[in-house]
Amino acid sequence: MALKIVKGSIDRMFDKNLQDLVRGIRNHKEDEAKYISTCIDEIKQELKQDNIAVKSNAVCKLTYLQMLGYDVSWAAFNIVEVMSSSKFTYKRIGYLAASQCFHESTDVIMLTTNQIRKDLSSPNQYDTGVALTGLSCFVTPDLARDLANDIMTLMSHTKPYIRKKAVLIMYKVFLKYPESLRPAFPRMKEKLEDPDPGVQSAAVNVICELARRNPKNYLSLAPLFFKLMTSSTNNWVLIKIIKLFGALTPLEPRLGKKLIEPLTNLIHSRILLCLSSVAVLISLSSGMPNHSASIQGLCIVPRPLSVLSLFIVKYLGLLAMSKILKTHPKSVQSHKDLILQCLDDKDESIRLRALDLLYGMVSKKNLMEIVKKLMLHVDKAEGTTYRDELLTKIIDICSQSNYQYITNFEWYISILVELTRLEGTRHGHLIASQMLDVAIRVKAIRAFAVAQMATLLDNAHLLTGNTQHNGICEVLYAAAWICGEFSEHLEDPMATLEAMLRPKVATLPGHIQAVYVQNAAKLFSTVLRGQEGAPADSKVAQETSQLLIDRLPVFVQSANLEVQERASCILQLVKYIQKLQQKDVEVAEEVTALFAGELNPVAPKAQKKVPVPEGLDLDAWINEPPSGSESEDEGRKTKTKGKAVFAKEESRHTKPRYTEVDEKELAKRREVRKAEQANNPFYIKASPSSQKVYQEAVGVEHIPVVQIDLSVPLKVPGMPMSDQYVKQEEERREKNKADRKKKDKKKRREKGRQRRGDSGPESEEDITPAHMVDIVTEEMPENALPSDDDDKDPNDPHKVCDIQGNLHDGSQVVVSVIFENKCDSFIKSMEFNVMDSLNSKLQRPEGAGPHDSLTVPFQLPPGISNEARFIFSMQSIVMPQKLKGTLTFIVKVSWSCSPQRWLITTMCHLASTRRGRTKVGKMNLESGHVLLIWTRKSKRLRWYYRWREEREIQRWKYPWRI
Amino acid sequence: MMRFMLLFSRQGKLRLQKWYTATAERDKKKMVRELMQVVLARKPKMSSFLEWRDLKIVYKRYASLYFCCAVEEQDNELITLEVIHRFVELLDKYFGSVCELDIIFNFEKAYFILDEFLIGGEIQDTSKKSVLKAIEQADLLQEEDESPRSVLEEMGLA
Repeated sequence: MALKIVKGSIDRMFDKNLQDLVRGIRNHKEDEAKYISTCIDEIKQELKQDNIAVKSNAVCKLTYLQMLGYDVSWAAFNIVEVMSSSKFTYKRIGYLAASQCFHESTDVIMLTTNQIRKDLSSPNQYDTGVALTGLSCFVTPDLARDLANDIMTLMSHTKPYIRKKAVLIMYKVFLKYPESLRPAFPRMKEKLEDPDPGVQSAAVNVICELARRNPKNYLSLAPLFFKLMTSSTNNWVLIKIIKLFGALTPLEPRLGKKLIEPLTNLIHSRILLCLSSVAVLISLSSGMPNHSASIQGLCIVPRPLSVLSLFIVKYLGLLAMSKILKTHPKSVQSHKDLILQCLDDKDESIRLRALDLLYGMVSKKNLMEIVKKLMLHVDKAEGTTYRDELLTKIIDICSQSNYQYITNFEWYISILVELTRLEGTRHGHLIASQMLDVAIRVKAIRAFAVAQMATLLDNAHLLTGNTQHNGICEVLYAAAWICGEFSEHLEDPMATLEAMLRPKVATLPGHIQAVYVQNAAKLFSTVLRGQEGAPADSKVAQETSQLLIDRLPVFVQSANLEVQERASCILQLVKYIQKLQQKDVEVAEEVTALFAGELNPVAPKAQKKVPVPEGLDLDAWINEPPSGSESEDEGRKTKTKGKAVFAKEESRHTKPRYTEVDEKELAKRREVRKAEQANNPFYIKASPSSQKVYQEAVGVEHIPVVQIDLSVPLKVPGMPMSDQYVKQEEERREKNKADRKKKDKKKRREKGRQRRGDSGPESEEDITPAHMVDIVTEEMPENALPSDDDDKDPNDPHKVCDIQGNLHDGSQVVVSVIFENKCDSFIKSMEFNVMDSLNSKLQRPEGAGPHDSLTVPFQLPPGISNEARFIFSMQSIVMPQKLKGTLTFIVKVSWSCSPQRWLITTMCHLASTRRGRTKVGKMNLESGHVLLIWTRKSKRLRWYYRWREEREIQRWKYPWRI
Repeated sequence: MMRFMLLFSRQGKLRLQKWYTATAERDKKKMVRELMQVVLARKPKMSSFLEWRDLKIVYKRYASLYFCCAVEEQDNELITLEVIHRFVELLDKYFGSVCELDIIFNFEKAYFILDEFLIGGEIQDTSKKSVLKAIEQADLLQEEDESPRSVLEEMGLA
């Protein structure tokens, strides 16, 4: 024995201690991994020895290695050994290692319960302390359950050192084992008035954290905290208490009023401590509801601004402002300049915060100014991500709430055009869609927009300098479309046409080329009209046609299918027109008719609003498949199914179209389809106007040909400058103001949609838009349903199915529903239930509970449909109303391995009214693996949702015209 | 509640880590690596706060060491900054003008100080004096422990 001790001691002298290890690692910079692996081998040897000192040294080194990222989970048991040493030195190291390495899935934690309990009750307060500290890091639900009582007793330990630790640990225990909260809470409350400030602040901490999760339960403590707040001088505690009140005030409005005075006192007396003032502020602004915050808003706002200059709290100031902004937009708006300054900050997170603030701050008055500043930053900004962020923010700011703040759309267009000069932005598409939106919806601006777009097209080479990765060429898409569609506003359509047909266009992405080609045709029609109207040489028009014929073949050879198709269509058309021109036929009118009519934006929900016409059957064969193969198919199916009875039935219900169509019905369907197409605005009809062109153009003989000078270059006025508009706008507003003063005497006119401002030298009300802006709202189809249920998900399994029942004998409502089981599982039964309300009550059998449902004996094997008839006997009917009930399908799940063989899967509501006849009773239910289809008995149609999904076009805003 | 505290050098070497919620080793490593990259990339004049995942990161640099804390959404950033500073003051008092090497070679001591100051992610005691007193006494206890061992050792040698 003695020898062993001697041996151990000698070994120890040669062992590396932690310092040696650290030094060693620093000396082996090149082969660190190798060095550490030898160290780990040594440590493994050391852990095998009996000497606890050696072991603890090894564990200490392991803790260091763990921090460096090496896996030490294999030593978990050794750590527990060291933890259980009776000596504080080793215990301390053991607990440290445990707190660093253990987590919930470490299995040896189970072994520690008793050891920890022993340490908690140790007479030495530092043993207890070290155990508590360790526990705080690796407490598991099991540990929490087993040790909750021990820790609770420690909360009233004689030493404050232990008390405060125990109080704080309790929070962790509550989290892991919530049941302990109730018994421990009274004692926790006591600790709020502990004589030791450390324990007190610990208790405040814990209760504050608890209250944050569930403030309602802690309202009763409000008076106690109120006392603490007014008496305490400890800033740490104060901040916690104020935070707690922040959570409580929304629940108890009276509290807010009471708090105002002490809080304002705090802000004023501690203004030098920006720490607390901003902390108070943030909690205030986040917690206070509107009514009490109005006074506070005024006294708070200057504070964050006074500290904005300190860079360390700038971020917090902005954060606070964004919270105040939600409740007091006015008070923040006046600090616009300070916030704009923050855009110059080096720190990106500060800049982004400031941007967020700006979004909420704009008004009609300052929009131009703010955007102008932002534009300056766009030029200066380095790093594309920030610049892209700026760009999207500018567009967001301008377009928010339907362009509410834009008074001058010319300015906005020029801003958009300026934005196109950004290099390497990803948001070309965004700019393009804005241009389209503004040009289409603001009629007054079209002439200006078209002029700008024409310039853009002419200078396209500037945008497409580095095409492929440059998202900005998307803008050309918008430019081309606008120029084409509103070509009547073009000053020199010919020049634009030429710009659009430059050979360089062929290098653009396919979808843009397609727009170019299509709109070249539109321009062509405009040019023709202009030229034919002029009593000049008739050759000019012919030359225009020749230009197209010369240039279009490039596009016909395009690899992109759409470009190819459009180009060849238009090429043929132009060739034909040229022929007519040579015969001196006037074609301009007819060509223009090709593109007649206004294109309005379509509301995104429009498609959904279109009702599905009665009798539409998308599964019906247009042409019958050959009958022979069909019956063969049927036969094979029967064989493979095996269950002849069911298979027969299945074929009758799910595939009626094979057998039941005769000539008469086909004719009927054709009629129905025609009617449906006529009603459907999205059905692309053969355009009567274009047909007319072809038919009538044949007979036309005279075409006046006008000579045009192709060498006249497009006027290139340089890119527009948005700045000039800012100046113009100011002048205009001055003028308007003067005008209004005169007018005011005569008449007072209220302008719609303008709020009454009450501050500033020039109020909101004074600013009228430069143009009489007519913002076109999105179009809805004529036969749209006025219903609002279009937001419902058609696949929602819990949806309501509206079924009308028949009223028999004045007291019985009969509802027939055909259920078709489309899933692979057997429907065992159904349960029907009606939620009892004031107006309706389900009479349940004796002994059933008030919410029990009635079992409907209804079984349905997979793939089968069957009719279920529900007969509701009414005891008394006082008022007409809907009967609402729930059907629950109980499905037998065959794949389930669990003993539970029955699974309630899907619910749907069954509604029935007293009036009318059976109408719609079909729907598509999908819930995971279960799919049920309700079919209508007479027509056996599939519900149209599938059709709708397939055909729905999300935002078909700018449709092509053929 | 503080989720974790990290100390790392400008070269990206971790010097101290304390997790107040039990986290799996792999996640820890990933988070530490990610966070170090983010923080080290920031310039000296930038603010000490940043939002990262669902947490708020508060960091401060002292000489070559970054002290970095992750707190929850509702927590107060400035109080966290104060916690960091208080911890540095404690280290400074304990080691006597602390430097990075002190923390490297006495990393277990640094942990002990931290454990006396914070527990379960909450401040345990705001008074520097009482924290230092607790550590001194614990150290004293440790030395008492160690002295009889050397006697034992001699006995073993004898």
